[in-house]
Amino acid sequence: MAQEHNHIISTIVENKPGVLYTVSNLFRRRGFNIDNISVGPAEESGLARMTIMVRGDDRTIEQVVKQLNKLIDVIKVTRLDPEHIVTRELALIKVNAPNTKARSDITNYADIFRARVVDVSSESLMMEITGTSEKIDAFIGLMKPFGVKEAARTGITALSRGAKSIKVDE
Amino acid sequence: MAKMSGAKALTEALKREKVETIFGIIGGALLPIHDVLCDSGIRHILARHEQGAAHAADGYARASGRAGVCMATSGPGATNLVTGLANAYLDSSPVIALTGQVNTYSTNTSYMIGRDAFQEADIIGITTPITKYNCQVKTAAEIPKAVKTTFYIATTGRPGPALIDIPKNTQTAKAEMDFSNNVQIRGYKPNTEPHPLQIKKAVKLLLTAERPMILAGGGVTLSNASPELLQLAELLMMPVATTFMGKSCFPENHPLSMGNIGMHGTQLANKIILEADVLLAVGTRFQDRSTGTLDTFCPDATIIHIDIDAAEIGKNLDVDVPIVADAKVTLKLIHQQLVKKLKKQENTPWVNRVKELKSEMDFGEGDLTSPKLLKELRKILPENAIVATEVGQNQMWAALHFQTYKPRTFISSGGLGTMGFGFPASIGAKVACPSCPVVDIAGDGSFRMTEQELGTSVTEDIPVIVVVLNNSMLGMVAQWQRLFYKGRYAAVKLGSVPDFVKLAQAYGAEGVRVGSLKEFSAAMKKALKTEVTTVIDVPISPEADVFPMVPPGKGLKDTIAGM
Repeated sequence: MAQEHNHIISTIVENKPGVLYTVSNLFRRRGFNIDNISVGPAEESGLARMTIMVRGDDRTIEQVVKQLNKLIDVIKVTRLDPEHIVTRELALIKVNAPNTKARSDITNYADIFRARVVDVSSESLMMEITGTSEKIDAFIGLMKPFGVKEAARTGITALSRGAKSIKVDE
Repeated sequence: MAKMSGAKALTEALKREKVETIFGIIGGALLPIHDVLCDSGIRHILARHEQGAAHAADGYARASGRAGVCMATSGPGATNLVTGLANAYLDSSPVIALTGQVNTYSTNTSYMIGRDAFQEADIIGITTPITKYNCQVKTAAEIPKAVKTTFYIATTGRPGPALIDIPKNTQTAKAEMDFSNNVQIRGYKPNTEPHPLQIKKAVKLLLTAERPMILAGGGVTLSNASPELLQLAELLMMPVATTFMGKSCFPENHPLSMGNIGMHGTQLANKIILEADVLLAVGTRFQDRSTGTLDTFCPDATIIHIDIDAAEIGKNLDVDVPIVADAKVTLKLIHQQLVKKLKKQENTPWVNRVKELKSEMDFGEGDLTSPKLLKELRKILPENAIVATEVGQNQMWAALHFQTYKPRTFISSGGLGTMGFGFPASIGAKVACPSCPVVDIAGDGSFRMTEQELGTSVTEDIPVIVVVLNNSMLGMVAQWQRLFYKGRYAAVKLGSVPDFVKLAQAYGAEGVRVGSLKEFSAAMKKALKTEVTTVIDVPISPEADVFPMVPPGKGLKDTIAGM
């Protein structure tokens, strides 16, 4: 078996109903696995950017890119070079904090990770954290002993570094 | 600009795409369209099942090289098209399906999308993985552009089926229509021109090759590249093997024709491909039925792969020189450059080897009825006759023993292997080419699946001839059970019902049973002369096998000639 890795694929697609279905259906149908996916409007109106993290060997990823390119509503597909990208994920984490000791420990960790407290109740704290997936994994790991009640993660989003862009050519 | 209903706009747009015929079945959600269609000059052929309509449109497309159109109502009508669309998708056939749909909105009933209305089905969701493109129109004004876009996508690049879902209220609503030809599709730009550097590499390889060979797939037919293929093959005296889908793209009475490769390819093709040192593969996706095990396929050859679909490069087989472009354009360019550079004229040792092999194993024949019958059929039919097949033994016998001489004269379900395809497809082919005799080579199992289209053939006066190779069995499966399951028959015996002669007569067609080659020949000649839909029932041995055969999971080198 060839070596499997995580790859990040950035795509520009038509921003219209059904496109997410078409893309996710392609992954299912061809037996590719989406690790995570984030979707939002692109810089140009009418278009959306999908950032897809997919696991597989080089041959599989090459097929993913080619098959995505075949979809009519997919306008541009780029395989991002992991050495030259910025990736970010956002997470909201709700942690048990029944006493002052817990609260102070949690906020100390939050400071170190540059997480922000965004909601407080007598029993819990909610934090917002942005960063690479690894950083968020580490932070959630630290919160576990307190009791993580809920965590919501956006999935990864990414752009390549430098002036280069993957804009759509007309 | 005067306002026009969506239904009217649809027929106008179809006429602009030069649509002359639609195969379909009407239903509630199509009433407004049919009300306009019947005065439009476009012929609507009423099928007896939507699957038949889809296959007929496919047969029309394959025989003519143009888009075939089928139409079905919402819900079950639309879902009955699914097999036909999947079939067209795997064989890259430009079939366009128009489906009725429940209303986009309704002010006073729940007859609208999303409410599980009567005869509502999510046909867009259902057909997304089996169409090249599909869309649902939301307003009447979108219809002309949807038609233009859909036809353009379905018929260009690597062709494929497409579907337009048309809610009933968009058919009746009136709007100002824009029929302009400008369709900008940002995400769709098929590349037809090959990269010059890749052409150079291919030419260099072919010039130095000692044992060059061509493997021609369905892409050659789709790009109408048969003349260029012949020219190139003759220039280098390259033997030409075809994949199943490539059958008929190269004349099989040509000395360089090796026949089909693959599971039921000729022994000649399966053997010679193992000896090639350069393989020029054109418009093929190296499917499992063609290649056998990949590590033993063409082991010594450097492979040049021409395909218009970039995703086919490296999908099944790693190749040495990929060329993403149109086959016709590319073969022409390679030929031009070769002519300039070619010094030696005869590639003697290889040419001799090809001749030697060919004389040794020229289309090995057992003493079965079906192969003999198919050779007899070839003698009777003119060169331009179109032969469609069903799926199974009948299909493999036809591929092996019925020689084809002209492109688009052999129509068969290669990728999906859809039993019941051949008969409606032959109806479609006859509509596309009314002056050509059309024959469906059928097995009794397959013919049973769409036999009701006899009604279409008779009432619409579309005469085709069905030759039923009748072993009262699901013959190919029975063959596998004999070969690989110790001869234990399970679920393959169909019995000798119906009586196909009486069945044909019940539909008002001719039915005849033959017991000898002579009787077959007489029945066929009569059917050709009378131009009446005819079913010729040919009882054959239920024990007959198709050989040669590459056992499943084996390579081409393991081809067995017979038991």
